Amino acid sequence: MNTPFNFHLTKFSNEAEILRSEVREFLIDALKDVPKETRAETWYGADENFSRKVGKKGWIGLNWPKEFGGAGRSSMERYVILEEMLTAGAPVGAHWISDRQSGPLIIRYGTEKHQKELLPGILRGESYFCIGMSEPDSGSDLAAIRTKAEKNNNIYVVNGTKLWTSGAHRCQYMIALFRTSQEDDRHAGFSQFIVDLSLPGITIRPIIDLAGRHHFNEVIFEDAKVPADMLIGEEGNGWNQVTAELALERSGPERYLSSYILLQELVNEFSKRNDGEGVTEIGRQMAHLTTLRQMSVSVAGMLDEGANPALEASVVKDLGAVFEQELPNIAHRLMGLEPDSNGSDFQRYLAILTQISPSFSLRGGTREILRGIIARGLGLR
Amino acid sequence: MLNETSQLLSDTVEKIFSDHVTKKCIINSEKGEWPKSLWTEVVDNGLNLVLVPEELGGVGGTWLEAGILFKAIGKYQAPIPLAENIVAGYLLSLGGISLPEKSIVTILGGELTLKDNKISGISRRTPFGSSATHAVAIINDKSSPKVILTTIPQDSLSDDKNLALESRSNIEFLDHAVMNYSDISFTSEYIFKIGALMRSCQIAGGLESLLVQSVRYANERVQFGRPIAKFQAIQQELAVLATHVAASGVAADYAAMSMDDGCEDLAIASAKSRVDDAVSICASIAHQVHGAIGFTYEHGLHFSTRRLWSWRAEYGSGSFWAKSLGEKAVASGSKNFWSSITSGKL
Repeated sequence: MNTPFNFHLTKFSNEAEILRSEVREFLIDALKDVPKETRAETWYGADENFSRKVGKKGWIGLNWPKEFGGAGRSSMERYVILEEMLTAGAPVGAHWISDRQSGPLIIRYGTEKHQKELLPGILRGESYFCIGMSEPDSGSDLAAIRTKAEKNNNIYVVNGTKLWTSGAHRCQYMIALFRTSQEDDRHAGFSQFIVDLSLPGITIRPIIDLAGRHHFNEVIFEDAKVPADMLIGEEGNGWNQVTAELALERSGPERYLSSYILLQELVNEFSKRNDGEGVTEIGRQMAHLTTLRQMSVSVAGMLDEGANPALEASVVKDLGAVFEQELPNIAHRLMGLEPDSNGSDFQRYLAILTQISPSFSLRGGTREILRGIIARGLGLR
Repeated sequence: MLNETSQLLSDTVEKIFSDHVTKKCIINSEKGEWPKSLWTEVVDNGLNLVLVPEELGGVGGTWLEAGILFKAIGKYQAPIPLAENIVAGYLLSLGGISLPEKSIVTILGGELTLKDNKISGISRRTPFGSSATHAVAIINDKSSPKVILTTIPQDSLSDDKNLALESRSNIEFLDHAVMNYSDISFTSEYIFKIGALMRSCQIAGGLESLLVQSVRYANERVQFGRPIAKFQAIQQELAVLATHVAASGVAADYAAMSMDDGCEDLAIASAKSRVDDAVSICASIAHQVHGAIGFTYEHGLHFSTRRLWSWRAEYGSGSFWAKSLGEKAVASGSKNFWSSITSGKL
C-alpha cells in the first residue's frame, strides 16, 4: 500500500518570477498609507480603492481564459500575486472571494448573460461577491440548509437566513445555495443562485466578532424575489457545484499565511538581541512555512494540470491552520508582551492575530471536517 | 507525475526491497548478519551508482531520483548502507574517482587530517562501519579541500550500534595510507549537509511506513464489535499522522530538488527540522493506534520507530538546523525575510 497523496513539486516559471518583482514594486506604493492593523488582517481587510488598483493592473482574474476578459495566465502566476499580497499585508478582502471562486464559478456554470453582465465588474475590482452557504442550523453539516427558493413563473421566492456571511455588507452579490426541492437523497434538491443583494426582501445585519470587528453578517431573506435566470448551473445540481468550489477554497496561500506578519516581526525583534532559543524557534517556524508553501504550490500546479487535488487541499488547509494558529502563541512565548491594540506595532499585530486566530480552523471547513475527509482518503471510512 | 527514469528507479527499488527486506532479514541484521543477497541485488541493479555520472560508469541521476531511493530505505527499513554508498559515489565522482569494485563504502565524519597521503583522526559513529570495506571523507586541507578514498583499518575499529541496532562505528586512523584523493571545491561541512538531506529523505520514507502500518492495523483490529478504524477518535488521529507524513515527503523532495538546483541551504535545513518535528508526532500516534502489540519486539512497528528516533538526531538534529535557519534569518533582517523564502537562498 502507498499513501494516497500526490504532492509533486512544481517550480515557478521565469514569467512568474518577473511578475513577482512587478507585484512587489506595485505594493510599495499602493500600501504606503495602509494602517498596521489592516495589514495584519490581510484578506480580512478590505479596501475598495486598493481592489480597483489591482483590477487596473489586470491582476484580478489573472488565470481566467481570455475570452472572459481574464489574462489567460496560469494558476501558478496567480499564486505569486496572492502570496506577495498576503505577506505584504495588502487589504485584498474586497475582491478576494470573487477572484478566487465566484468568477471561476460564473465562467464554469454561468450563462452568457451572467458572464457578460458580471465578469467585467469583478475584473475591474468593483463588484464583490460573498458566499451564502452556512445557516443558523447548518454549519459543518451543509446539507442541513433550509433556506428555500420556490419557483413561481419567472421568479424564485426565497425565504430563510444565511449566517456568517463574510463581507456581505460591502458586496453587491451573493452566490447562494438554496433548497429548490425536497428529495430523499439529502444532497439532492439544492441549487445555486446569483443574488443581487439590493433586492427588496433582503436584510443584512452585522454580527460583531470577538475582536469588535464587523466582518460577518446575517442575511435574511423574506419573500425575496430572485429572477429565475439568476439560477446558476443546473437546478438540483447545487451540491456538486459547491463541492467543486470548495477545492478552490482550501489550498491557497491564505490558508497558512494569515499570521505571517508575526513571524517576520519576530525576525525583526530577534535581530536586535542574542537569544539562541528564540532564534531556534524562528527557524523551526521557517521550516514549517517553507514546507507548507511547497505543498500549497504543488496543489496550484495540479489545478493547472486539470487534476482534482481535493484531498491534498484538505491536507494543506489542516496543516496550514495549525501553523497560523500557533504563531500568535509562539510570539507570546518568545516575547512575553501583552497583546495591546494601542501598544507597539508588535503588540498591535499580536492583539489582532491572537483574537482572530480561532477562526483559522473554522472558516472554509473545520479541522474536524477536513480530518474526516483525509480519513476517508486513507480508506478509514 | 514521475518521469521515466524516476519511475524505473522507484519500481526497481520497491521490487528489490519488498522481495528481500523481510522481517527475518531485518532481525538477522540486528544480530549482526550482513544481508548479502539484498546488497547483491542492489549493486547488480546499479542503485548505488545513481549519482555517479555516466562517464564514470554510473547512472547520472539527479538528487530527486536519489531521494526516491533514500525514501525507500526508510519505508522498508532496509538494513544496508545504500544511502551512504550513493553519497560516497557522488563525492568521489566530484574528484573524478570511481567507486572500487565490490566495495561497501561508508562516509567518515570528524576532524581528519591528511599528510603525505596518510590520514589521521577519529571518525565517530560511522554508519555501517562494521560492514564497510572502504570509506570516503572530505579533508579540510589548507591548500584545498580534498575528497579521499581509503580502506578501513579493521584493527582500530570499535563497533557501536544505534537504537535500530545499525552499526555505528568509531574508527581511528593513525597515518593510514589513503587509496586515492583529489581536490574538490567543497569542505567537510558539505558532507554534513548532504547527510541531513539523506536522513531527511529516509525519515520521510520511514514515516510513510508508520502511516501504512497504522492504517492497516486500524482496519484489522476489532474492538467493541468493529474495526477501530471506524471510531472517529482513531480516524482523526490517523488524519493528523497523514498530514505530517505528507509534509515530510514534500520537505524531503524540496530539499533534494534544491540540491539539483544548487540552492539547497534553506531547503535542507527546513527538511531536517520539519521531519524531526514530524517524527515526534507520528511515532506517538502510530504507537498509540497500535496499542500494546506495537510495543512488542514480535510486531514490526519498532523497526520503523527505532530508526526514526535515531536518524532524526544524526547529521544535526531538527533544532540544530532550525537554529542555523533562524540565525541566518535574523542576520539578514526582516526586510529580506520573505524574499529568502521565495528564492530559497539565505
